[in-house]
Amino acid sequence: MGSPQVVRVGNNTSARLILNTWPLVCAPAYHLVLEGILILWIIRLLFSKTYKLQERSDLTEKEKEDLIEEWQPEPLVPPMSKDHPSLNYDIVTGPPSHKIIVNGKECINFASFNFLGFLDNERVKQKALTSLRRYGVGTCGPRGFYGTFDVHLELEDRLAKFMKTEEAIIYSYGFATIASAIPAYSKRGDIVFVDEAACFSIQKGLQASRSFIKYFKHNDMEDLERLLKEQEIEDQRNPRKARVTRRFIIVEGLYINTADVCPLPDLVKLKYKYKVRIFLEESMSFGVLGEHGRGVTEHFGVNIDDIDLISANMENAVASIGGFCCGRSFVIDHQRLSGQGYCFSASLPPMLAAAAIEALNIMEEDPEIFAILREKCKHVHKALQESPGVKVIGEAYAPALHLQLERSSGSRDTDVKMLRSIVDYCLERQIALTLARYLDKEERFLPPPSIRVVVTIEQTEEDIEKAASCIREAALAILK
Amino acid sequence: MARTTAPVPNGNLKIQLNGNNFKNENCKKNGYHNKAQKNSTAHSAGPPSSRQRFQRPESFENPPMYVAVMTYLGFGIVTLFGYFRDFLRAVGLEKCHIAREREEQKDFVPLYQDFENFYTRNLYMRVRDNWNRPICSLPGPVFDVMERVSPDYNWTFSLTGKTIDNVINMGSYNYLGFAENDGDFLKTVADRTQQYGLGVCSTRQEMGNLAIHEELEQLVATFLGVESSMIFGMGFATNSMNIPALVGKGCLILSDELNHTSLILGARLSGATIWVFKHNNMQSLERLLREAVCSGQPRTHRPWRKVLIMVEGIYSMEGSVVRLPDIVALKKKYKAYLYLDEAHSIGAVGPTGRGVTELFGLDPSDIDVMMGTFTKSFGAAGGYIAGKKELVDSLRSHSHSAVYASAMSPPVTEQILRAMKCIMGLDGTTVGQARVHQLAENTRYFRSRLQEMGFIIYGNDDSPVVPILLYMPGKVVAFSRAMLKRKIGVVVVGFPATPITEARARFCLSAAHTKAMLDQVLFDLNELGDDLCLKFSRRKYSPRPQQHNNNDDTDFELDS
Repeated sequence: MGSPQVVRVGNNTSARLILNTWPLVCAPAYHLVLEGILILWIIRLLFSKTYKLQERSDLTEKEKEDLIEEWQPEPLVPPMSKDHPSLNYDIVTGPPSHKIIVNGKECINFASFNFLGFLDNERVKQKALTSLRRYGVGTCGPRGFYGTFDVHLELEDRLAKFMKTEEAIIYSYGFATIASAIPAYSKRGDIVFVDEAACFSIQKGLQASRSFIKYFKHNDMEDLERLLKEQEIEDQRNPRKARVTRRFIIVEGLYINTADVCPLPDLVKLKYKYKVRIFLEESMSFGVLGEHGRGVTEHFGVNIDDIDLISANMENAVASIGGFCCGRSFVIDHQRLSGQGYCFSASLPPMLAAAAIEALNIMEEDPEIFAILREKCKHVHKALQESPGVKVIGEAYAPALHLQLERSSGSRDTDVKMLRSIVDYCLERQIALTLARYLDKEERFLPPPSIRVVVTIEQTEEDIEKAASCIREAALAILK
Repeated sequence: MARTTAPVPNGNLKIQLNGNNFKNENCKKNGYHNKAQKNSTAHSAGPPSSRQRFQRPESFENPPMYVAVMTYLGFGIVTLFGYFRDFLRAVGLEKCHIAREREEQKDFVPLYQDFENFYTRNLYMRVRDNWNRPICSLPGPVFDVMERVSPDYNWTFSLTGKTIDNVINMGSYNYLGFAENDGDFLKTVADRTQQYGLGVCSTRQEMGNLAIHEELEQLVATFLGVESSMIFGMGFATNSMNIPALVGKGCLILSDELNHTSLILGARLSGATIWVFKHNNMQSLERLLREAVCSGQPRTHRPWRKVLIMVEGIYSMEGSVVRLPDIVALKKKYKAYLYLDEAHSIGAVGPTGRGVTELFGLDPSDIDVMMGTFTKSFGAAGGYIAGKKELVDSLRSHSHSAVYASAMSPPVTEQILRAMKCIMGLDGTTVGQARVHQLAENTRYFRSRLQEMGFIIYGNDDSPVVPILLYMPGKVVAFSRAMLKRKIGVVVVGFPATPITEARARFCLSAAHTKAMLDQVLFDLNELGDDLCLKFSRRKYSPRPQQHNNNDDTDFELDS
């Protein structure tokens, strides 16, 4: 810095500037330090919170011990009354085939999903026994670790051929099939459009997927399209997100809860219009609908390649245990590393797989049985129409119908009790029926209480007449 | 020995050691533990030491530093190659084998993100011949593996029709050798098949509650020494479909970090809050328990409705045994509930095969929920949950499985009945007990020989699951292929099933393995261990007369 005298001669503005800064230069060091601290203090005050966070009051050890002493958790399970309706199961002694012994009484079975009567089929049993003699019972390992048997490969191959798809994958439990398949593809952030009547295993799969779930009204394509349109508008607003958001429609072929069929051709149209993939759950329709029992795609004549994934269990028509998914290899193969129920569970016991293969053999050799089953279904559907006070829910060709009360008493418990008395009345007269069971608190949309009536090809004309008249009598006696 | 300064490549190793330290100090310092011991003396007739056993030594040795470095390096190189191949595929120099989307759906949002499959496409694909090997015989002590060839580096396989016969099976969970096809043994199963058919075609609550299911439930309860039990058709689903019936919103689950997927899935489906504690680390568990009880739920600070601790008996990838006495003491102190998954331990450990409760001499009523599977020791399929009558009654009405899933197949039920009766000696023979003892003997023999040879093996001395650490990805693959050439079927696992640096081979011992078979395996392991440089252990293992039940090893651990 020059001296002030010199500057005064020169430019006026710069002179003032230097005059202003002069004290700074001359100020003693302690002053500067003090001011510096003051400035830092102001900055700190500016950026620190003006209020004090709640005093962190760490508990003392003594207080903690007291808290631990005081805390009383709820009991692990809520207390239950002994006569809870869902506690005392009907006991079946002997095989649950056409003739079934329920609570010690021999009845005609209208309750087990043994549509094609394979449970009691000698060929199926012999095939299973051959397998038992060779492989024993369990597989003692998951598919990855020496739990893949030639029988599994054969069954996958056969299922793929039967359904005319590229690939099939088998699971060791029916429930786990779709429940594992959904979260293998649909992840957090993806969007799934689901029918309200979707079965429980679909609901669990959706929950495990943590995707964004949109329910549409049962079989209501307009409602679905409304949701799809809404989504389309949403996508236009955020195209970057839309490019990575996978979308799925998940429907059942033949709904277990309502016994009606999804409008598959319309769904396929919507699929291509809105670019959404379709997952189809066919546990009820596999081995039932279609000329060759291929399910709802064959029923409607829809190209099976238009459905991205079909899942079904082998516990109904096939009368074994387990489930499978089929579709294009591009889709299905992914589950071999990502399907939790596939990777982390022991594989299907070979004898159960062998039984499923034999069941497929019979289905392929004799497609007549599907026509017979359809006839029986129509017969039962018609015969049940005349029961007073109850209505038949479901398509005429559905093998598992529901009987609901025409007029609800207003209370679910009373309804269930009335239906249960009808079931008991029929059991008394050697017709085995069952209530459709649900977990009332867990279901997303709880279906109304109903009696399940299952049709199998083993039921004769007389059996059906007897059952129908029995239900009629019961309805007359109990509902009047 | 393990007093190395190597940066622990993964927290896991350290945790184990901590856990061990803790246990030893614990006995002296912590009041609750002493209390537990006193209690047990009060109730038991015999001397306390015979009533309650403490944990056998459990070892988790650190590898030398260079191993960790080489492992990361290995993964680095493989990843680089992966990018290179992706590049070659992108420019069309390499043929792309990946299954393609249909033409009609090309403009859909891709079903898979490209980066998600990087690992599968470039790493797993090249080596996937080591998994999913198809077999065409009983999964007994030896099996026949179907020969596969691949013309395109494992993108597709074709079966040659030939088989590799009599491969020694070190992979199946056939602990007690009940995977068998002897006509006499299986007579009842065959009869049941003939009588019942295979399926049930209904759920337990509807029309699928067979008398033999109830018979098995009673037998399971007797076997375990509890009031009641319920059986389910699939082991995985036993966890995933029943945990939601026990806990829900406002409840807390404390879950071991190495718990099986089915437990994690069940916990997630239940809607409860999940906190994870370090594997078998009692300090970590106690800290969370204290935190849970003292501060309640986050934000609202409402007390938790209930706290459920979820652990497994034997961890299938580590071979470690749960520290059950410590956990029982903790759960009593903090009034938590205990869910014990005995998938790998039931039948496999304990003097008479009753699982980890028996191994530690604990009262089964101290465990609130005893879960297990029939897939492993019983050579069947399915699972059970056992405990107090109220618990089982509640499950019978609220379990997802009872309402929505098919009941257990009758022949499978019969196989479990048969195997369980055999273990209990109800068939009038001592075959079952002999098998339990044989398994324990095989386990000790195999483990001590491996330690002698200088392999790093994980887990508890009692555990029939024996993981041998291989670390480097290249060695894993070479090991598995070379073992198959020597007619030994082994399971190898790497990332993502294990931490990235801890790829391993897992041996599952069986009562059906003869000494000759084990010696054959050990001989080949020894040779291969030298060839592939797999003997990483720097411990001096000196066979001592009391080597199997001393505590010196634990002291050894403390040094590390």
